[in-house]
Amino acid sequence: MDRKTTQIRRHRRKVTMKYRALAGLFIAASTTLVAWAAVRGTGDLGIIIERTSGSITVVETTQHTVLGRIPGLGDLSHASAVFSRDTRYAYVFGRDGGLTKIDLLEQKISHRVIQAGNSIGGAISQDGRLIAVSNYEPGGVRVFDSETLQPVADIPAIHGAGDAVSRVVGLVDAPGNRFVFSLFDAGEIWIADFSDRDNPEILKLTGAGNQPYDALITPDGRYYIAGLFGEDGLALVDLWQPQQGIRRILPDYGRGEEKLPVYKMPHLEGWAAAGDHLFVPAVGRHEVIAINRHDWSEAQRIPVHGQPVFVMARPDGRHLWVNFALPDNDTVQVIDASTMAVVHELKPGKGVLHMEFTPRGEAVWVSVRDTDRVNVYDTGSFRQITAIDVEKPSGIFFTARAHMTGL
Amino acid sequence: MLIACSAQAENGPELQRQQQLQQMVLHDCGACHGMSLKGGLGPALTPAMLEGKSDDLLVEVILGGRENTAMPPWNSLLNASEATWIVKQLKSGAIGAK
Repeated sequence: MDRKTTQIRRHRRKVTMKYRALAGLFIAASTTLVAWAAVRGTGDLGIIIERTSGSITVVETTQHTVLGRIPGLGDLSHASAVFSRDTRYAYVFGRDGGLTKIDLLEQKISHRVIQAGNSIGGAISQDGRLIAVSNYEPGGVRVFDSETLQPVADIPAIHGAGDAVSRVVGLVDAPGNRFVFSLFDAGEIWIADFSDRDNPEILKLTGAGNQPYDALITPDGRYYIAGLFGEDGLALVDLWQPQQGIRRILPDYGRGEEKLPVYKMPHLEGWAAAGDHLFVPAVGRHEVIAINRHDWSEAQRIPVHGQPVFVMARPDGRHLWVNFALPDNDTVQVIDASTMAVVHELKPGKGVLHMEFTPRGEAVWVSVRDTDRVNVYDTGSFRQITAIDVEKPSGIFFTARAHMTGL
Repeated sequence: MLIACSAQAENGPELQRQQQLQQMVLHDCGACHGMSLKGGLGPALTPAMLEGKSDDLLVEVILGGRENTAMPPWNSLLNASEATWIVKQLKSGAIGAK
């Protein structure tokens, strides 16, 4: 009896030891798996804003897959994002003043602050150390440390003789660790120089025109151009010689013509430049305007399907992809930059809100709000490669933006 | 038929259209007024903000727009009964931030 029991015990012990060895192997294997999963590049990653649920979807553009979903970012209507220079972190600017730093590899929120009551966008400094946010309420720009999101500077957009405060739009980064932005209610363009981050210097330029609504900066960081909603033309600042002030360009564009209603504010995102021309959406007209880069004169008006919202240049500059405001927001048109003619039209579905090219432009991702999908197209053949399920997608931002001035 | 018509006039747009309008307010109006309707480039459209403003005035603003602002006339996309329905929804807080 006793012998038998001992045998059984021994047997059990053996089994236990075997099991332990196996378990050890399993743990070793799973550790390897975890380590393998963690070692990953970030150059093909991106985020898609899900604006109704206040979450973002993390995607990769090589296999077109969803890597994860991160909730808890607040009101993401009109949200945008910039990336840290190591392309590990995304900084998401929410409408409700939320500034959220997201770790794309660990897929979690690393820092989050509510920095204002109502915000419209942001930028990351040339050295990657500062994050600036443009606010409607309280009107101005607030600057934070990109590592910790601790406040660094507060620039209220107080203008005129009294204490009027303007809403701020068109915030971009510029060389020299500067931020440039426009005061919607004051018609001014301000340049905040953070080369000495503890003592920023602000240059205020007046006479931008009526209601600058958005702005862009050339990829070399030299020219800042603000679009005007309240009048015709654009406001131009040469950042190599900012003391020369604001120059108005295309002042006669559309003079005396009846404007069509604008059901969505156009955007000036990036520099839709191809060869010698800059392409911008007209305001109140169903046209894309081509501007001559050398003398800033109007080169051509390209008739399009509706009120353009985004005019995005494919990275090689050969094609421009254009989406439209209501009631034409089911359509995307493609313009050839050399012939300045529409060469292709797509109907992805109702509520086409944003488009983003892969870093070298072989594909474009298009968010279609009402189908809850992001369609991926081959930019050469215009054929749809795939579609990804995303809840009410709006802005799409790929990490390649980290290394481009103004994005 | 007559009864159906008058019922519709009293209650505003049909259910399917109401859902479309609700989406439109959140997403398209929300582009400027904020998706939670707490304001952005355009003013907040919360019940507190709209209190004391007459329905007629608000319907007029929706359909006719406001000059020298970014508010466009929506009369090519909405009729009077739809604009009236939207005003009632906004005033009661049935659409927007909860």
